[in-house]
Amino acid sequence: MAQETTYYKPEDLKKFGNIGEFEPELAKKFFDYYGAVFADGALSAKEKSLIALAVAHVVQCAYCIDAYTTDTLEKGVTEEQMWEAIHVGAAIRSGSSLVHSVQALNKVKELGV
Amino acid sequence: MKSLLARGSELASSQEQLKILTEVSGKLGLPSFSDKLKEAALYPLRPTGVDILQVNVGKLCNQTCRHCHVDAGPDRRESMSKETMQECLVALATPGVTTLDITGGAPEMNPNFRWFVEEASKLGKKIMIRCNLTILLAGEKYRDLPEFFAEHKVEVVSSLPYFQKRRTDAQRGEGVFDRSMEALRKLNAIGYGVPGSGLILNLVYNPVGAFLAGGQSTLENDFKKELKQVHGVEFNSLFALTNMPISRFLESLIENDNIDTYLERLVTAFNPVAATGVMCRNTLSVGWDGSLYDCDFNQMLDMKIEGKVNKISEFNKSVLDSREILLHQHCYGCTAGAGSSCGGSIA
Repeated sequence: MAQETTYYKPEDLKKFGNIGEFEPELAKKFFDYYGAVFADGALSAKEKSLIALAVAHVVQCAYCIDAYTTDTLEKGVTEEQMWEAIHVGAAIRSGSSLVHSVQALNKVKELGV
Repeated sequence: MKSLLARGSELASSQEQLKILTEVSGKLGLPSFSDKLKEAALYPLRPTGVDILQVNVGKLCNQTCRHCHVDAGPDRRESMSKETMQECLVALATPGVTTLDITGGAPEMNPNFRWFVEEASKLGKKIMIRCNLTILLAGEKYRDLPEFFAEHKVEVVSSLPYFQKRRTDAQRGEGVFDRSMEALRKLNAIGYGVPGSGLILNLVYNPVGAFLAGGQSTLENDFKKELKQVHGVEFNSLFALTNMPISRFLESLIENDNIDTYLERLVTAFNPVAATGVMCRNTLSVGWDGSLYDCDFNQMLDMKIEGKVNKISEFNKSVLDSREILLHQHCYGCTAGAGSSCGGSIA
């Protein structure tokens, strides 16, 4: 048997529902919550799907990227909208690093360099 | 791009297509569609009645779309004769048959198309035409078709896979989007799709790829906003259809190694509510040679209606109303998610 080169297997996404095998009640609570979160509300299901796509990139969840790329396509989202959402996630991620450089600036000044 | 038939592809054979669907389903352990209907207490599937006569007048088309379930194109020559059209008109006159739905190919390319519409119009039945839009710009003999449609109060139903150029042209051919917009503006100019005109123009969305159609109402809002703002185009309703895993769409699924994922997606999205409203329950499909089928998809898979009445010349509504609808794995396409029929989502 060929050696696995990654822990990620695309087919495992389909098994997501099986996570309740050993703790069904908690899994049910999670899936009920998950379903409620993504239903149409003050934000549309389409807008929530775009947010999910952006977050999937920020947390670098390969399963979530597959799932929400498909989901946004199914909801009729354009490629421009998808990539703008991904860039929003990337901007927050890079911004959250860069904003910490204020601490570095403070330290530089404190040390009198 | 040529049709599968002109390219000598194995997939031009309906038997080969059915074999692939059976083999892939077996390999993946997917239930047969009949078994799925049994679980939902819907088997055997029977018609609610023949309300709509959907007539496929031929496979000749001015476009060669990547997803076409008919394998239509400029290289196809199948065309319904005037005699067979006359037989369709006799069936259409039957009480209880309310609608003539004309499809193809590009149905306008059938030499007897206008005569067929004129005669059907005299019967006072609702007439729908599946128009690919670009035919309206395909030459002098087609340029007055919008006025012809309006004269006979024909409801125009036109495919537009997406409200942007890139995806539409990827599926229907380079330049199709721009020509479709021009054709839609021509239809709008005489009142089609304009509120209060009484002239109905509906668009058909189908996904450009191996994924399902999402919510029809959300998509309709997106299409209306984008087409109006960017292109100055109006229409009445959007029908969201699922691509059937047959013919040229099956070819693209195989080429892109998406066949397993797509079939699994269709099966896991099976919706019993959608299954109760599938189009084969109120529609009878007529092939270019007068053969009868439960739907246009069964027609392209050569799954002829079994029993005493299987030609339009033998049309008998009470016999057809009590028939058993033929099923195969492609039927999952009409029952996935919100479902899909010639009139769009059904659940």
